Amino acid sequence: MNREKSFNIIRTLFSMVAAILVAFIIIVMVSKNPFESIQIFLLKPLTSKRYIGNIIEAAIPLIFSGLSISLLFRTGLFNLGGEGVFYFSGIIGSILAIWLKLPPILLPLACFTASAIAGTAVMLVPGILRAKYNANEMVTSLMMNSIVLGIGSYILNNILRDPSVANLVSYKYNSDALLPVILKGTRVHAGFLIALLCAALVYVYIYKTRSGYEIRVTGTNPKFAQYSGINVTKVIIMVHVLAGAIAGVGGMVECLGLHRRFEWTGLPGYGFDGCMIAMLANNNPFGVVGASLFVGYLRVGADLVNRSADVPTEMIAILQSLIILLISAEKLLKKYRQRWIEKDVKEVNHEVAS
Amino acid sequence: MKSLLDLISTSDFIYSIFRVTTPLLFASMGAVVSDVAGVPNISLEGLMLIAAFSGMFFSYLSQSALIGLIMALVMAVAFSGLLAFFTLHYKTNIILGGIAINSLASGGTIFFLYLVAHDKGTSISLASKVLPTINIPIIQDLPIVGHIISGHNILTYLSLLAVLFTYYLLKKTALGFHIRAVGEKKEAAESVGINVTKIQAIAILFSGLMCGFGGAFMSMGYVSWFSRDMISGRGWIALAAESMGRQTVLGSALTSFLFGIADALSNALASMGYSSDLVKTIPYFATLIGITIFSVRIYRKSKKIA
Repeated sequence: MNREKSFNIIRTLFSMVAAILVAFIIIVMVSKNPFESIQIFLLKPLTSKRYIGNIIEAAIPLIFSGLSISLLFRTGLFNLGGEGVFYFSGIIGSILAIWLKLPPILLPLACFTASAIAGTAVMLVPGILRAKYNANEMVTSLMMNSIVLGIGSYILNNILRDPSVANLVSYKYNSDALLPVILKGTRVHAGFLIALLCAALVYVYIYKTRSGYEIRVTGTNPKFAQYSGINVTKVIIMVHVLAGAIAGVGGMVECLGLHRRFEWTGLPGYGFDGCMIAMLANNNPFGVVGASLFVGYLRVGADLVNRSADVPTEMIAILQSLIILLISAEKLLKKYRQRWIEKDVKEVNHEVAS
Repeated sequence: MKSLLDLISTSDFIYSIFRVTTPLLFASMGAVVSDVAGVPNISLEGLMLIAAFSGMFFSYLSQSALIGLIMALVMAVAFSGLLAFFTLHYKTNIILGGIAINSLASGGTIFFLYLVAHDKGTSISLASKVLPTINIPIIQDLPIVGHIISGHNILTYLSLLAVLFTYYLLKKTALGFHIRAVGEKKEAAESVGINVTKIQAIAILFSGLMCGFGGAFMSMGYVSWFSRDMISGRGWIALAAESMGRQTVLGSALTSFLFGIADALSNALASMGYSSDLVKTIPYFATLIGITIFSVRIYRKSKKIA
């Protein structure tokens, strides 16, 4: 492993430890029994099958959005549309999950197909504008988030809404559409397997295929990619298609795995979480799985502290923003990196000399 | 349909346009300055939320609207300072930094709201203060016009002054010239002795200040309490307005007003029982189309030259 790589790992670990330390500080300041609360935060999530199940449950949507965003980041694209894709593909898939009549396995498959198409369609708007006309994908994807939220709420309010329930929720899904629980005694559903499969597929695609290689080259140096004959326009569109499809399936998995109706009344936040996951994972697909489980662990810990002490769960938002700030801080710990690289160079020189 | 026309032709409706445009004007001015300096601040939403919470909380503590406003400004500037510190000193990507501030604001304000009000929804149980409205002498007595122009919150008038101030700042002052130079070509600015980091820090802090005013208006003018995520997308609309206004002060102010009209319209529709979901997307659609047209035009031009 080279120094650069191990430096990235150290910075990631540093951010994770810093987040946990800040959690301690918050707990000490707010909780009446700080030591007990810290113990609950750190250890209780790992003490029972049910809580471990909660961690996995929380990680599932993060894996999807993390994979989607890491593909975009890897290509050097700042598209923040995962947020809208999760919501909108959930709405579109829900239409099928409510009214379509198909046998058990086919029905969720149909829903996933529809949501993947919906996700791709939403992502392609900023994708094509960027690839063909060089329009800033960050702004256009943010606009798309708000547009699909509006269209989605219109569909939810006027078509899907179940008037017999006081809350704003859709009709019940056809029970054949729901994803089965795969771990007894928990709510971990088959979506976890789909998420792992997606991570493996993205890994193979990125590291073992020609198209994946083109993505990596474009991300590292778009000018070089262009000169070496890579069709950058095509690469950008391809990445948006994949990112949209993955996030789209993720939205549907979350709906069919955990809920019996469509329940989101606003953007669910997973798109922005995906940015954090992608950074923690350094855009590596299996890293995404690990980062999602870590964030899931933090969330379950915060939730347990919230239940037993007077520390609001929203503490997690403070930890997450700290992680984002620290991990994307290129200059942080740079002094040490410099020293390392110099040491490396000296070693090489030494070898050459001898 | 006729009743809708009746509704939007009233002076109440026109009055409400100024009211809903106020936070958009402040935030879009912040967006213009930070973007022109080359450090696009996308945490307008979060900074306004922090300011809205601080304004409510400190005016409740001190029972003074002025102290509430000052603390709203201080907190928004402080958090924009945090963003500036990370992006300029530690080289955090400004977009990711913006996402972090937004997430911090959204969760953090609920966290503190729960600690002070034992409620994760609103702060109605805390008696906070509102900023005064101003009746303009003479004008307030005029029929119709008086009702439209007079009697607004003091921050509404200030938001119009903020547009003039920002215009003056960018066009007529040395600082404004430096801000534009840094955004245009960082290296060139550096080579003539401009301190790039300092100028960009000032630009980010300025956007924080503007968001401070915008957020204070939300909890101490627009309504008299704080509620979770009460900015509800206004920061993004301001960003859209700035994008549509092509990073110019007057263009962004004008677009803010257009988006304010769309917002007032969706409020009016909702009050009549119509669904306002689709009307709410008008600003975003308009911006998306605007960006598309603009990008295609630039693309064609560059092709012609090539």
